[in-house]
Amino acid sequence: MTDLAWIHGALTAARPQAVGALLRYFRDMDRAEEAFQDACLRALKNWPEKGPPRDPTAWLILVGRNAALDGVRKQSRTTQLPPDEEISDLEDAESQLAERLDGSHYRDDVLRLLFICCHPDLPATQQIALALRIVSGLTVTQIARAFLVSEAAMEQRITRAKARIAQRNKEGADVPFEAPGPVERAERVAAVAAMIYLLFNEGYSAGNDSQRAPLCDEAIRLARLLLRLFQTEPEIMGLTGLMLLQQSRLAARFDANGEVILLDDQDRSLWDPKLISEGLALVDKAIRHNRPGPYQVQAAIAATHSRAATAAETDWAGIDGLYLALERMQPSPVITLNRAVAVAKLHGPAAALEMIEPLEQALSGYFHYFGARGAFLLQLGRNKEARTAFDRAIALANTPAEAAHIRRHLDRLMKEAGEKV
Amino acid sequence: MLYTLLCYNKEDVVWSWSKEEDDAVMNRLATVHEKLVKEGKLGPSLRLLPTTAATTLRGGGIVIDGPFAETKEQLLGFYVIDVENLDAALAVAKELSAANPTSVYEIRPIALYVPEARPNAPTQMIKVY
Repeated sequence: MTDLAWIHGALTAARPQAVGALLRYFRDMDRAEEAFQDACLRALKNWPEKGPPRDPTAWLILVGRNAALDGVRKQSRTTQLPPDEEISDLEDAESQLAERLDGSHYRDDVLRLLFICCHPDLPATQQIALALRIVSGLTVTQIARAFLVSEAAMEQRITRAKARIAQRNKEGADVPFEAPGPVERAERVAAVAAMIYLLFNEGYSAGNDSQRAPLCDEAIRLARLLLRLFQTEPEIMGLTGLMLLQQSRLAARFDANGEVILLDDQDRSLWDPKLISEGLALVDKAIRHNRPGPYQVQAAIAATHSRAATAAETDWAGIDGLYLALERMQPSPVITLNRAVAVAKLHGPAAALEMIEPLEQALSGYFHYFGARGAFLLQLGRNKEARTAFDRAIALANTPAEAAHIRRHLDRLMKEAGEKV
Repeated sequence: MLYTLLCYNKEDVVWSWSKEEDDAVMNRLATVHEKLVKEGKLGPSLRLLPTTAATTLRGGGIVIDGPFAETKEQLLGFYVIDVENLDAALAVAKELSAANPTSVYEIRPIALYVPEARPNAPTQMIKVY
């Protein structure tokens, strides 16, 4: 790895804390971002020559703050910026500042920055786009590519989201800069967790699309960041574990033609053992707290799959029980549908079909409902009805890979049944 | 004389490496490992998962989420154990802690474990005077 790559990594890693601190200082997002940008430029110039500072984040905050203040002075009268010699000699100031960046400040700075992005006024896609821009530091071009929209459209979307937040800020209705109380902090953590999971799903549902898949990695990076800030929160352990375990199957989820391979049929040797170990460790840690929550239960379901050496060895009774627990925590037809898959394995397709029949109205626009319904009917030999269900599924498919997957079912059905259907 | 080499870095940076960057580093290390194996110098080696996956056991059986974070103590030794899950690992740590109550034990899962490759590896405790 070149020095430049190292510096780039260090700047990205420092970004949430540095921008968060600069935001607290300036109380203005644009100024905070500009100040950080300025500090990064100086780092790129200074660090290769003088070596990276002991505490890159403290260096960036200090230099960013000074640069922004110089900028203000420069606007009023044209004075020279201080020579780079001076700002590189920050050892003392830097260690003092590092001491002042005590745990709680740091924690609330980063949390505030993340939380600003998940304002309930903003639609989900804007929340994610904003977080990728502000917290992750992705360029508008990169984000536009990930969302499959034009750069101009994404630029406009982010500008609009920022304007909305700035407006709310001016009205004083928004994210205060004082340290939040415990209830408020917990609410912020929950909102941020939801945004991170949205980000993950944005990448996960894109599947093997190489432009969008990095969204999953970024979501995991943000979750690890949040977990470092809230080391004892079992739901954050659960969320991080859940995403790691889902991401561990990436290489096995699609065949060479980009078509979906279901969990049962995946080559488990392609699952990433490193991600699985980390995910399982987090699930274990979370369970010890005895404070179950939706992310933990979903992570436990993912962990049950990860622990099965073959699909046949899956503990479906355990999964059924976990879905039941999840259903009670947040009743939803989608969760019932998922549980039906476990029920089909345990008690056969007839029981599963009976279970999902009442959901048809609620899930009439949901691809997976008709996919599962078709599969159960197929197992029961009710091929004609299965075809109808699969046809509806194809019409509702979100991606070409989903549609292709169902079409394969249909093809097989036609071949097997011949003219009988 | 046996030595351990302890590798330090910024984990938020390292665990943000892309797969390509990570592979590149691991491949370069693998070349060094191979050479060391040939020279009969390399014992077991391992890569740890991030500290977010760690749990810490303090004296008196107090379990804390996260890594051992004090800077006043120094790393004095480590074990590699093979157990079912975190609870089992904690049970082992508790036995060790009972025997050595002033020490703190951080339980950190392992990302990659490369076992001993030397045919004439030491099989018993080496006494260092």
